[in-house]
Amino acid sequence: MGLFWKRTKKQESEQPANEQAVEQTSTEQALEASASVELESQHPQPEQKAGFFKRLFGKTEAQEQEAEPIVRAPEQEKKSFWERWGRSEENAATPASEPEVATTSVARADAEKMSLFKRWKASLNRTSENLMSRLDDVIHGKKVIDAEVLDHLEEALIGADIGVQTAMEIIENARKKVDRSEVSNFDELKRLVKDNLLDILNDTSGKGISSEVDVSLDIQPYVMMIVGVNGVGKTTTIGKLANRIKAEGNEVLICAADTFRAAASDQLAIWAERTGVPLIQQKKGTDPAAVVFDSLAAAKARKADVLIIDTAGRLHNKANLMAELEKMKRIAGREVQSAPHEVLLVVDAVTGQNGLEQARQFLKAVPVTGIVLTKLDGTAKGGIVVAIAKELRIPIRYVGIGERMDDLVEFSPEDYVNSLFD
Amino acid sequence: MFDSLSDKLKKVLKNLRGGQDKLTPEHIDIAMKEIRMALLEADVNFKVVKQFVDTVKEKAVGQEVLEALSPEQQVVKIVRDELVEILGGSSSRLVFLPRNPNVVMIVGLQGSGKTTTTGKLAKFLSKNQGRHPLLVSVDVYRPAARNQLSVIAREIGEPVFEAAELNDPLEICRSAFKHAQQTGYDTLLIDTAGRLHIDDQLMEELQAIKAEMNPVETLFIADAMTGQDAVKSASEFHNRIGVTGVILTKMDGDARGGAALSVKMVTGQPIKFVGVGEKYDALEQFYPDRVAQRILGMGDVLTLIEKVQQEVDEEEAMALQQKMMEDKFTLEDYRAQLKQMEKLGSVDKLLKMLPEGMMRSLMGFVPKISDEQAGMMQRKLKQTEAIINSMTFKERNNHHIIDASRRRRIAKGSGTTIRDVNDLLEEYIQMRRVMREMMRGGLLGGFGGKLLSSVMGRKSNRPNFTKKKKKKR
Repeated sequence: MGLFWKRTKKQESEQPANEQAVEQTSTEQALEASASVELESQHPQPEQKAGFFKRLFGKTEAQEQEAEPIVRAPEQEKKSFWERWGRSEENAATPASEPEVATTSVARADAEKMSLFKRWKASLNRTSENLMSRLDDVIHGKKVIDAEVLDHLEEALIGADIGVQTAMEIIENARKKVDRSEVSNFDELKRLVKDNLLDILNDTSGKGISSEVDVSLDIQPYVMMIVGVNGVGKTTTIGKLANRIKAEGNEVLICAADTFRAAASDQLAIWAERTGVPLIQQKKGTDPAAVVFDSLAAAKARKADVLIIDTAGRLHNKANLMAELEKMKRIAGREVQSAPHEVLLVVDAVTGQNGLEQARQFLKAVPVTGIVLTKLDGTAKGGIVVAIAKELRIPIRYVGIGERMDDLVEFSPEDYVNSLFD
Repeated sequence: MFDSLSDKLKKVLKNLRGGQDKLTPEHIDIAMKEIRMALLEADVNFKVVKQFVDTVKEKAVGQEVLEALSPEQQVVKIVRDELVEILGGSSSRLVFLPRNPNVVMIVGLQGSGKTTTTGKLAKFLSKNQGRHPLLVSVDVYRPAARNQLSVIAREIGEPVFEAAELNDPLEICRSAFKHAQQTGYDTLLIDTAGRLHIDDQLMEELQAIKAEMNPVETLFIADAMTGQDAVKSASEFHNRIGVTGVILTKMDGDARGGAALSVKMVTGQPIKFVGVGEKYDALEQFYPDRVAQRILGMGDVLTLIEKVQQEVDEEEAMALQQKMMEDKFTLEDYRAQLKQMEKLGSVDKLLKMLPEGMMRSLMGFVPKISDEQAGMMQRKLKQTEAIINSMTFKERNNHHIIDASRRRRIAKGSGTTIRDVNDLLEEYIQMRRVMREMMRGGLLGGFGGKLLSSVMGRKSNRPNFTKKKKKKR
């Protein structure tokens, strides 16, 4: 149930009464600390820190009243707050109806999750459309597994961008088992290949951060860095990620460290506005490491839970740009202990064999802890992540399945592999 | 990285010459397996590979082994020639009609580089084809997409049509077209929204734009890093919209670009340009032979030579040569050389352009240069420059006066150690000696080796490039 990525704040649960005071000072500090920073705080709504799920399950009446004064913020904020949390307003007004509302919300959340899952399945199924159908044609009317079947299976795997090397190894393994008559029918053959792929995808334990459950909750700010080559969907992923993490009840801050690409921070600003997350940005052409520095200061001052750093797309064979990335990492580590805590490499599903080299090179510059596989709603299968998992043992964290804000789901090796075959 | 295809083929075909003078089917079969692997590793679609291998097989069987070539070279030649033939047939010029404005539509998947390429293309057209382009973005979906094109247009100094109040792509096109017509822009570049080829609604939108705008060119932007899916997206775009040309982007990466072959095979449309960098003039003509070599992992010598030709000032090179002949090569000249070297780009980039075979013949071995090593070389070049910069004019022109005290000062000034300064001076003196000998011997052969070894070490004696490039080709 990794969806519940809750990073509830300590002082919040322990001394709810103090919350507002703490909050105010931190906001003041933030303003002070980042006097030179152009702070784009669209919705500095302290009240949202209470957390969505906490609101649903954990709130007592007293706490609800406790939250009342916070709502008396400036007019504009108040409005957006009520807009956003219209449901909670009902709660505050008529606490009696709370359980009912909560249930519907849970039901809605469940439905949402279901539909997400379905959508993911749907997108993956599109992916597998002719991966197996071709194979089925070959199998049709055959009784034994022959070289032709294995060749086609190999082609199917290569066609999914899994890579020549990996595909050949898997098929070689299958061939041996067929020769020794350990595998006799097609279902067993499928099972074998599936297991092989699953083993690879699951065998990333001990490396990186493979799921939200592994996220350490007592690091603050928890610094995430998003890296990748040009055009893979880093900025969009950050928008979705910010939305996701915020929805779990965390205060999120985004750092626009892509100071190179035209209008990159404008794009991010729109995402920040949509998700209601403040953005730290500077002029185009600024040293990205300087923006990182500022955003870390702001994150500390505001006591933000999570800081997400957007970086410019860079080709992994450009030494200067990789050095720039390394510098950002260094600055982060200097300002916040052991930051960045998570580095996500974004890989486009259409990427071919070069994806492996990308991962290798990025890994040299920054400690990549996971992969985000984007654009899986197309026909590309993104099989290169299998090769990446196999050679570099980097786990796949998220999958991008569309252009909507909630089109980012946790990666499930089983679903992924199954959808390639069924 | 990859073993070169010729090396692999050499291994499998090494026995071929034993008395035979024709390529036999058996040998071809073995060779084709390797070729298949090479193509698949380069991301050529597996169906395309199959088709390609069959064609090549037919051509190769029964061919006589040419005297001049070893069997593996011959197979590579057949493969290469076939690749070039398929990839070729292109002209990088866009052909315009006598009407105003000519519309050029840019289409492709998300993140393939449409907007950047639109900017590059505008710059190219106004610089090389004397056009007056007007840019317009109809990407009303992605946040800040239109803004991105506006920023780019400002940077390249070309006009952009902004209609922030309009939100309908077709409407924007119409207004832009009218505006171009009234104002006298002869070329309208339409940057469309990135989309998945299975997104019906957006594909219909493209069809509508195409139908109404009647573009002279519809260019499909393909990312060089694309894998097997290139076939599907390209054919879908081609079938629905009708593509008239392809631009291959991100070729400055290290992907081998097999997608080029896939896209070419399914659309049959010429690849017109390649994008080779983040700067707006990084749009180059497409040369089928170079991409063919790259797909086969054979390096890109031609690009290197051309780069040298472009960047190295001939007069300067001649003057340098003169100085070397007269044994007057000073530290000042040395620095000038380093500067020219820098213009060519980073060391690793240069080295990567050389195929392995060439390195072997030049240096006697294939240097395995990791990116780290290349980075180190780069730093060393920088350091050398810094040291020379810290010398006085007098010192640069007469290294004999550089005594211990001066060395101390130079080290301090350049942020290096006395040892670094000593090393540099020693290398410089040695370099002069080598030059003297070379000049006396009157031979410039083996020069390339000197060039490379100088790159590998600290020295950088790169005289007489003008002669070299004539020799090479």
